[in-house]
Amino acid sequence: MKAGTNLEKVLESGRFAVTAEVGPPKGPSAAVIQRRGEIVRNYVDAVNVTDNQTAVVRMSSMAGCAILKTLGIDPVMQIVCRDRNRIAIQSDVLGAIALGIGNILCLSGDHQKFGNHPSAKGVFDIDSMQLIQTLRNMRDEKKFICEEDITGEVPIYIGAAANPYADPFEFRVTRLAKKVKAGADFIQTQAVYDVPKFRRWMEMVCERGLDQQVHILAGIIPIRSIGMARYMRDYVAGVTVPDEIVTRLEKAENAKEEGVRIPLEIIEQLKEIPGIHGIHIMAVGWEEIVPDIVEKAGLLPRPVL
Amino acid sequence: MITITEQKPFEEVLKSLEKSQSVYIIGCGACATMLHTGGKSEVLAMKEKLEDAGKTVTGWMVIPTACDQLTEVALIESAGAIQAADSILVMSCAFGVQTAGFYTALPVFPALNTLFVGKEEGPGHFIDVCMQCGNCVLASTAGVCPLVRCSKSLLNGPCGGSVEGKCEVDSRIPCVWQTIYDRLATQGRLAELEEIEPIKDWGTSSSGAPRRFDVVTSDD
Repeated sequence: MKAGTNLEKVLESGRFAVTAEVGPPKGPSAAVIQRRGEIVRNYVDAVNVTDNQTAVVRMSSMAGCAILKTLGIDPVMQIVCRDRNRIAIQSDVLGAIALGIGNILCLSGDHQKFGNHPSAKGVFDIDSMQLIQTLRNMRDEKKFICEEDITGEVPIYIGAAANPYADPFEFRVTRLAKKVKAGADFIQTQAVYDVPKFRRWMEMVCERGLDQQVHILAGIIPIRSIGMARYMRDYVAGVTVPDEIVTRLEKAENAKEEGVRIPLEIIEQLKEIPGIHGIHIMAVGWEEIVPDIVEKAGLLPRPVL
Repeated sequence: MITITEQKPFEEVLKSLEKSQSVYIIGCGACATMLHTGGKSEVLAMKEKLEDAGKTVTGWMVIPTACDQLTEVALIESAGAIQAADSILVMSCAFGVQTAGFYTALPVFPALNTLFVGKEEGPGHFIDVCMQCGNCVLASTAGVCPLVRCSKSLLNGPCGGSVEGKCEVDSRIPCVWQTIYDRLATQGRLAELEEIEPIKDWGTSSSGAPRRFDVVTSDD
């Protein structure tokens, strides 16, 4: 075991994992994190806490993870390269481990222009690939970036993101391979709507044998309204919502119910795709839907271990 | 390669001249003239606006190249009108403003914002191609710099926000990593993208410490 987290145990045992996401509040209330954590706790194996997603200031991921930890939930801390240089990042990694956080997801981060402080200086001292490498070296070599020794063990289960829908398509598998080479243990993908394209990407992933080297969790974003579908299609960076999905919601008698049916159908198909080791449900701000989806998708009981 | 400038909002210029009743204006005959931000006609327009705002303009000149040492000579030659002013307003890039500042004891204020050192892509169109980081990466990026042309300065791109050759930050921004990918593909060098570009030494950049450079010749 690299970190011995619940997520690591589930994935290494070959079971199909389910993770969810909790968005921290725009305020200091621990109760908000606790409430959202309680909603999903018996339905997932681990819970991500986002790091100032869409570059909007919120409670820190580390604090949110520490709060989830007190509830007995296995947290996944997210680190983006946008807000911290290598000094702050490495310091946060040590702090997270001290607080019992073992899973860390490495991301570039949404550009500050999208958020509520567009005039902020973007840091981007290192990129997400180098962040993965940094964490791997901290864990396996017990070395900081500067090559100095770290005192003590650094148990981390390292996560990374992948977006099969970005361009150039042929490069997306290479990019995943690079993340694996850098040290990623698990991958959480961008939201899957276009299943055939995702399947093509996974075929290429398996051809390269990457599914044997990293655990891939396919991303799911339940859509709660037609407005949200249009907004995600037109404005959310990195997310590709096909027109068919929007049309389907528009034509539905009850868009919200349809918004649950769609991810369920996608999950059914994902379960059959070779190399998929779990799903990651990103229902930030709509955590209540997670139990419903996990149950109807036949993925209970949870946590599996 | 020229230094790209744009005029500051007039209100901001006036604010910096709050305590100056009289002003001397300096323009620049090089980049700022080419860009119509600090040439003769802009200097004259500024003079008129300042006078309309109640200021006294004691004089003006357009120095051929405000950033070189001849600025000192120009300041001496016009010492009379300059000394009659409470401050100097410089309509050049920050190099010219600071050069003027070296050679006078008067307060010096900028009328322009300095944006970047621009490469002319087409007539009148300039792009930012180099951030002078002091540690060139072009060897591994197909001769195109992602540090300044990728919104996230990624050394290992393209990120998940590259769609149809455009950057997620703004669809008017081409994804430079798509460009790098295409160029490497054309050159049969795609295999190079399998390598992870290591963490950069930013110590040579402006975030290191104030930089300087001394020319060393074989005679030294």
